[in-house]
Amino acid sequence: MSQDRGIGAIALPGPPEGGLRPKRTAVQNLMNFFRTKPLGTFGAFVAVILVFVAVFANVLDTHDPYQIRPETSTGNKVDVFASPDPQFWLGTDHLGRDVYSRLVHGARISLYVGLMSSFIGCTIGMMVGVASVHFGGITDLSVQRVIDGMMAFPSLILAIAIMAALGSSLNNVVIALSIIYIPSTARILRSQALAIKETDYVLAARSVGAGDWRIIIRHMIPNCFALFIVSVTIHLGGAIIAEASLSFLGVGTPPNVPSWGGMLTGASASSIKLAPWVAIFPGLAIVVVVFAWNLLGDALRDVLDPRLRGTG
Amino acid sequence: MQAYVAKRTLLFIPTLLLVTIVIFVLLRIVPGDPAVMLLAGGEAGGEENEYSQEQLAELRAKLGTDKPIVIQYAIWVGNMARLDFGTSFFYETPVAADLKQKFPVTLELAILATILAIIVAVPMGVVSAIRQDTIADYATRVITIAGVAIPNFWLAILMIFFLVLIFGWMPPIVYVSLWEDPTSNLKQLFFPALALGFSNMAFIARITRSAMLEVFREDYIRTARSKGLREAVVVFRHALKNAMLPVVTISGYEFGRLMAGTIIIEVIFMVPGMGRLLVTSIFHRDFPMIQAVIVLITVLVLVLNLVLDLFYAWLNPRIRYT
Repeated sequence: MSQDRGIGAIALPGPPEGGLRPKRTAVQNLMNFFRTKPLGTFGAFVAVILVFVAVFANVLDTHDPYQIRPETSTGNKVDVFASPDPQFWLGTDHLGRDVYSRLVHGARISLYVGLMSSFIGCTIGMMVGVASVHFGGITDLSVQRVIDGMMAFPSLILAIAIMAALGSSLNNVVIALSIIYIPSTARILRSQALAIKETDYVLAARSVGAGDWRIIIRHMIPNCFALFIVSVTIHLGGAIIAEASLSFLGVGTPPNVPSWGGMLTGASASSIKLAPWVAIFPGLAIVVVVFAWNLLGDALRDVLDPRLRGTG
Repeated sequence: MQAYVAKRTLLFIPTLLLVTIVIFVLLRIVPGDPAVMLLAGGEAGGEENEYSQEQLAELRAKLGTDKPIVIQYAIWVGNMARLDFGTSFFYETPVAADLKQKFPVTLELAILATILAIIVAVPMGVVSAIRQDTIADYATRVITIAGVAIPNFWLAILMIFFLVLIFGWMPPIVYVSLWEDPTSNLKQLFFPALALGFSNMAFIARITRSAMLEVFREDYIRTARSKGLREAVVVFRHALKNAMLPVVTISGYEFGRLMAGTIIIEVIFMVPGMGRLLVTSIFHRDFPMIQAVIVLITVLVLVLNLVLDLFYAWLNPRIRYT
C-alpha cells in the first residue's frame, strides 16, 4: 500500500528484511518528503518557526506582554493605541500593551492549546474507538450512540457549552477542545480498528492467551498509529482556530492572557480605524499558522495513509 | 423507501434524547448551586449579597433544583416538548419570548449566507472544472484553500476595517426586521452574511469542481458529446444537473456549522440574534437561556440532517440499501 507512493518523514513499518527494496534512512525519508511535497515542506517550515517562537518567547519579546500602560504620555506620545514605531514594533492595544510581545507569547498559547487538545482528544478518541471495537457487541453499540449524540452538536456550540460550565481558563479551553475532538477521532479509528481486529496477528495473540488490554495496547493501538498522527496534525489547525474563536468571544482564555483570538476582542468597529494593527497582526498570525499547518497535515496524510487522500 | 424513512426517524429519537442529556448533564456539573449564585449576586465576580437559609430553600423550590436530578431532567424535557423553555435567571422573563425574537434573525443570517455562498461558488466551481488547469482553475483552488484557513471572525474584522475606512460605514445601532423594511434589513445583513458564508463558499466551490470533474467522466456525457450536442447543453443540462446533487446536500449539512458560526459574526457586526444572546447569557450565567439556545440550534441541525438524508435517499435510490 503506502510504500509505493513515497515514504514520509515518519518511518512506516518497511518491507521485510531482504524485501523488494532496501530500507531508507530517516534522512532519506525526510529528503524524499521535501522533494515530493513542496507545500508540505512549506507547512513544516512555518510549524518549525512557530515552535521556535513559542519556545523562545521570553527571549524574542521586547516588553512584558502583561504590562498595562496608563493613558499618559512618555516623552510626547500616548502609549494607548500607539502606532508601530521602534519602541513598540507593532504598536500597542487599548490598554497600552505591546502588540508584538503579546503576539510572540500568543504563539506559545496557540501551540500549547493546539497540541494539548488535539493530542489529548485524539488519544482518548483512539482508546475509545479501539476498545469499542475490541469489546464489540453491546459496548460498541452504546459507545457509537453516545458518539452520535456528541457529533450532533456543531463543535463550536459544544465547546462554548463546556466553557460555560467550566468557566474561562487556559486549561479549561484544552479540556473543552479535547472533548470535541473525541467523537470524530473515535469514529475514524474505529473503522481502522475493525480491519485490524480481523488480522492474523490479533488472532495469533488471542490464541496464545493474550488478555484484552494486552491485545489493545500491544497490537491494535500501534497499528493505528499512522492514522493517529494524521488525526492530531489535522485537528491541530482547527484547535488553534477554535481557541481563537472562544477567546475572541470572551469565553476562552481570560482577557489578560495574550491569546491571538483574545487580542482581536478589542478590535471593534470604533477602534479599528484608530488602531488597525491591533486587529491585523493577530489575525494574520492565525491565518498563516493554520494555513501552513493544514498543508503539513495534508502532506502527512498523503504520505502516511493514502487511503484518506481527499477525505479531509 | 418507507422502511428507510422509518429506520432513520427511529434512530433520530435516541440521538435527540442523548443530545438533551449531554446538555443537561454538562450544565449541572457547574461548580456551585445556581440558587446560591443568584442570591449571592447575578454575575460571576460580582459583590456577594447576604441571604438566609429560608431564602435559599425557597429559591431552590422555585427553580426546581431541590428535586432529584432525574426528575429535573424529565420536567425540563417535558416542558421543552411544550415549547416552554423556562424562565431566564437573569432577565426573569420567559426564555421562549426572547428566542422568538432572536431566532428569526439568526436563521435569516444563516440562510442569506448559504444563498450568497451558492450563488458565487457554483459558477466558480463549474468554470474551474471546465477550464481545468488554467489560471481560472488555479485561482479558484487558491481561494478554496484560503477559505478554509481564514477564520470567519478575522474576515469579518477585516471587512469592517475596509468598510469603515473606505465607505465610512458603521454597524447599525438599531436592528430593522425583514418584515418592517426589507431593503434596510438586507443592507444590514449583507456584510455579516458575506463574512459568514465565505468559508462555505470555498467549500461548495471545491465540491462543485470535483463533482463536475467526476460527472465529466461518465458515459452519458460522452454519449451527449458524441451525438453532437453543443458544449453548453452538455455542461449545463447533462453535467451540472447531475453534479448539483452532492452540492445541494452538502450545503444543507454545512448549514449546521453556519448556525454555530453566526455566534461570532453576530458579536462582531452587532446583530441581535441568538449567538449574541448565547454569549451574553454565558456572562450572566443564565443557564435556562444557555440550555434553550443550544438545544434549539442542535435540534434544528439534527432535523435538517434528517430531512436531507431522506431527501438524498429519495433522489438517489442507491443510498437506501446500504
